[in-house]
Amino acid sequence: MRSWDYSYLLTELVLRDFKIRYRNMSLGIFWSLLNPLVMMGVLTFIFTRVFQATSIPNFHVFVLTGLVPYSFFALAWATATRALLDNPSLVKRVCLPRQVIPIATVLANGVHFLIQIGLLLSLALVAGYGVNRHWLWLPVVLGLELVFVCGLSLISSALDVYFRDVRYVVESVNMLLFWMVPIFYSFAVIPPAYHTVYQLNPIAAVILACRNVLLEAKAPPATLLAKLALVSLTALAAGFWIFGRLKRRFADYL
Amino acid sequence: MARVEFQQVSKTFTRHAGRRLAGQFLQDWFSRSGGERFHALREVSFALEQGQSLGVVGANGAGKSTLLSLVAGLTAPDAGEMTVSGRLVPLLELGSGFHPDLTGAENVRLNAAVLGFSRRRAAELFQPIVEFSGIGAFIDEPLRTYSSGMIMRLAFSTSIHADPEILLIDEVLAVGDQNFRAKCMERVLELKRRGTILMCVSHELDALERLCEQAIWLDGGRAARYGPAQEVLEAYRGHMFSNSQPPAAA
Repeated sequence: MRSWDYSYLLTELVLRDFKIRYRNMSLGIFWSLLNPLVMMGVLTFIFTRVFQATSIPNFHVFVLTGLVPYSFFALAWATATRALLDNPSLVKRVCLPRQVIPIATVLANGVHFLIQIGLLLSLALVAGYGVNRHWLWLPVVLGLELVFVCGLSLISSALDVYFRDVRYVVESVNMLLFWMVPIFYSFAVIPPAYHTVYQLNPIAAVILACRNVLLEAKAPPATLLAKLALVSLTALAAGFWIFGRLKRRFADYL
Repeated sequence: MARVEFQQVSKTFTRHAGRRLAGQFLQDWFSRSGGERFHALREVSFALEQGQSLGVVGANGAGKSTLLSLVAGLTAPDAGEMTVSGRLVPLLELGSGFHPDLTGAENVRLNAAVLGFSRRRAAELFQPIVEFSGIGAFIDEPLRTYSSGMIMRLAFSTSIHADPEILLIDEVLAVGDQNFRAKCMERVLELKRRGTILMCVSHELDALERLCEQAIWLDGGRAARYGPAQEVLEAYRGHMFSNSQPPAAA
């Protein structure tokens, strides 16, 4: 019926999210840096001072490599799940391809993600990890994470319109993932029996790949990349399909 | 070629008293016929070709807004045939798609994107939109400081610049002052001359009579009357002044 300038539409929606969130805060964008820094500090304190149990060098960089992809995932998924209910007038009063609403929310979180990746890379450089050609894998891996979150959010945001419980499920899963994803422990300590499970979890895979690249200066294993790509693209396809099936009656339930 | 046609279109909602439990939802989803259903629209038919316009009147809750939502494709009908083709611009609620914390200018750009403007078109039309709205220097102030009349000016101005082939207006003009309303009216009539299909919900019958040559009077979701605007509005006026009690549901 109408052709959309999707890049313009998404840019405007992302800008809107971003401006609304920061306009009334005096610290503005620094919140994007403060949160991961505080978490990094606390975890580093606990595992190097309280437990004194780790032999991992530069534990703070190690933890941040886990925290940055994890917190993007958790925050983007949680806010995108509520996106349709947070913007009822975009669903009920204007004609637009409704898929863009949760996707724009994910992308708005992606802006913070970029800032945090900047922080991560700077801390890695300061700690003495040099730039290497495998850094080129980072956009691929983090891009796949973005694809995965978009897919998952399309599903959860559509379901949340009908069952408002979905957001609490998402929150619980996020809390669970904080422990189940190797943020403050390394893949090496996981018993081999569970390796496949971890590799199929895209967030764990993203973190492992980032550590390969940033801390070990080597390319992520091909099998890991293949599984990550497969799971992420499947999630996106499933997301569009399910959203398409469920969107017909959104307006009646908001 | 822009066109809007309804044939025996019905829209129902379930009555579930605000409950959103899983059981309720499943019942809804699987038994479209079962349960207590409320008919927001019942077998409504009409047809509009290029340049034609339809005024929609009726009491509160008669189904006027549901009718426009269906045309806009925001909600789906339960029965009947519906054809809507052409670039459609809905003006269904004051400031829908606007955000109070953004400035007028930011909201214009956002709204333009939502209405389907391309980036280039939006940049070209930004100045004309602001000029038509007459908001002036307030354009860089946050929308929450605007009066409802100012919000309407901005929304209306953006919408008519979207070059609509089908324009839906639900009551929003009511908050404008006389000058701006006259300006809007003129603009809408000009769009009509150029072939835009107009559907307009209003309680201001005189304005409807000027804008629309057809009208439909909805009563409890049914088309009580449909035909030339003058006749339908005359009947509706007569009904309103003759009995203050609403008629028993047909």
